[in-house]
Amino acid sequence: MTSAAASTAASTAAATPAPSPTARPPALLSVGDLHVSYGAITALRGVSLSVGQGEIVALIGANGAGKTSTLRAVSGMLSPKQGSITLDGKPIAGRKSHELVPLGMAHAPEGRGIFLNLSVDENLTLGAYLRSDHEGIEADRENGFTLFPRLRERRQQRAGTLSGGEQQMLAVARALMSRPRLLLLDEPSLGLAPQVIETIFKILRAVNQTGVSILLVEQNAHLALGVAHHAYVLETGQIVMEGTGKDLLATDEIRRAYLGE
Amino acid sequence: MGGVIRGLLPFAVAVPVLAALQVLTADAPFLVILSLTVGVNIVLAVSLNIVNGMTGQFSIGHAGFMAVGAYVGGVLSKVTSEYGISFLPEVVSDQVLFALSLVVGGAVAALFGFVVGLPSLRLKGDYLAIVTLGFGEIIRVVVQNTELFGKALGLSGVPARTTLFSCWLVVVVVVVVAKRIHDSSHGRALLAIREDEIAAEAMGVNTTAYKVRSFVVASFFAGVAGGVFAHYQSIVAPSSFTYVKSMEVVVMIVAGGLGSTTGAIVAAVFLTLLPEGLRSVLLAVTGDGALAQKVEQIRMPLYGLLLVVLMLLRPQGLFGTRELWDMGPFRKKRAPSPPSPLSSSASPGAAPEVVR
Ligand SMILES: Nc1ncnc2c1ncn2[C@@H]1O[C@H](COP(=O)(O)OP(=O)(O)OP(=O)(O)O)[C@@H](O)[C@H]1O
Ligand SMILES: [Mg+2]
Repeated sequence: MTSAAASTAASTAAATPAPSPTARPPALLSVGDLHVSYGAITALRGVSLSVGQGEIVALIGANGAGKTSTLRAVSGMLSPKQGSITLDGKPIAGRKSHELVPLGMAHAPEGRGIFLNLSVDENLTLGAYLRSDHEGIEADRENGFTLFPRLRERRQQRAGTLSGGEQQMLAVARALMSRPRLLLLDEPSLGLAPQVIETIFKILRAVNQTGVSILLVEQNAHLALGVAHHAYVLETGQIVMEGTGKDLLATDEIRRAYLGE
Repeated sequence: MGGVIRGLLPFAVAVPVLAALQVLTADAPFLVILSLTVGVNIVLAVSLNIVNGMTGQFSIGHAGFMAVGAYVGGVLSKVTSEYGISFLPEVVSDQVLFALSLVVGGAVAALFGFVVGLPSLRLKGDYLAIVTLGFGEIIRVVVQNTELFGKALGLSGVPARTTLFSCWLVVVVVVVVAKRIHDSSHGRALLAIREDEIAAEAMGVNTTAYKVRSFVVASFFAGVAGGVFAHYQSIVAPSSFTYVKSMEVVVMIVAGGLGSTTGAIVAAVFLTLLPEGLRSVLLAVTGDGALAQKVEQIRMPLYGLLLVVLMLLRPQGLFGTRELWDMGPFRKKRAPSPPSPLSSSASPGAAPEVVR
């Protein structure tokens, strides 16, 4: 009953034109008035955002702003208290991850979350867990190795023995194994050397060019705004600003608050 | 077709071997009883390993499910022992009824597993351990106060129907089932949950469903083990199912290497025979039975000591997560074996490289 009400709210939200002057592609994901709380702690208080078909959308914000909570609600790892989430216009709020993965949702969780005691190959196989087209899976595995040749060299190696950068590469490659249309990435640059970050972001661009939409959560605002078509700024559970990556990079508040200038 | 034949192969080997063993040991009742004790412990350890080892959920109330199977199976056999299946000879009829008791006992235990597992598998680590421990104790207390189950004295007069053959056939079944689960995509999901539950969920693994399923399967076999136990003890007493029994099984799988079915088997055999061996040695050395009698009392401290030593020397347990059948000469060809790292790195130029 609430979800029916929520979905109408979503469609009206999607119908209102975006404040940004640049035209955005039709929404693949759209989130409206999302509330999330952990017991007594409220993490999100009315977050609305959207990811257009083929877009890279960045979500930036300070520690504890609610970025991870947003991704977790979108990918079905937690149920929102209130609000709507639609994928392709279909309401998905409250549906579990295992129902959303087949719809094209892939989530590379915060802290990489790779299976440390399994091999690189086994990690990739688990990425395609819900698929049964053997040949397609092998083809995608090859694609992953083409994107990240270092993983190919280490395919039999235990994932726990990979370097931090390689683990992050594996996390991305594994997320791609489900053939997602929407890729949710939670701080892929965390703890990595600038060179490795550059590598990963180059690949994210390449992946995006193949038609995968990306919702990117980042602490590193400069980096995120650099690649994003559109970006949102989250502060204590609310979106306080949005615009194209370039526009936000140019605003004083962003420069002061997130770029330390 | 080939799959069916391969699936039946363990039984094609096991049935004649066990039948032969049964005949050969006909004059050695002590040996038979020992083998039954070992067999029951293997079933308990291998099944608990599905939950604790493969799925990474720490359950320490396995004896509770064993008790359910023992009492339900025992009562069922007592009730049906006055009847026979008319068109079958008595021996066969007895064994059919026995099998039925085992399955029903296992099924009721599985139901308990479901009821306990559904809410409690949302808990993690220590909390789950406490709930399962509590469940085991509740079962025992309930049984101890139920007229039907003979209260504290226990259920007596359960027909003695367990044979070496039937007990070890159950062992073969549980091992085959555990191996099949491990090698299936189901097993891969369990391993993923063990490694990282959040990531497993992100991969699309229905973590709750899989955890409950593995709990139900393990409970079923614990129940069957209880049934087997009840039918050679003849008396089923609540004291057989205390948390000490649960701990014993936990020690077995930890010592064997959490996640390794083979490890569970080896540890179950070793830890069951250890007290027996010790008893014999003490009897031989001291000449009188007084000290040998004490073995039962020092068994748990001995297990504890063994565990401490093992954790210091080999924290991953005897086998780690590996299996005997994946090592050395036992190694089988995997159906779709991934290309070797050598062959793929030999042609690095073949694929267009995006990054270097
Ligand atoms: N499991 C949880 N239980 C209780 N509170 C939580 C939980 N997870 C997050 N929170 C709280 O919700 C708020 C938002 O957390 P969230 O992890 O979404 O922030 P974030 O923007 O991802 O931060 P960071 O950049 O540090 O990762 C924080 O105040 C946090 O303390
Ligand atoms: Mg976060």
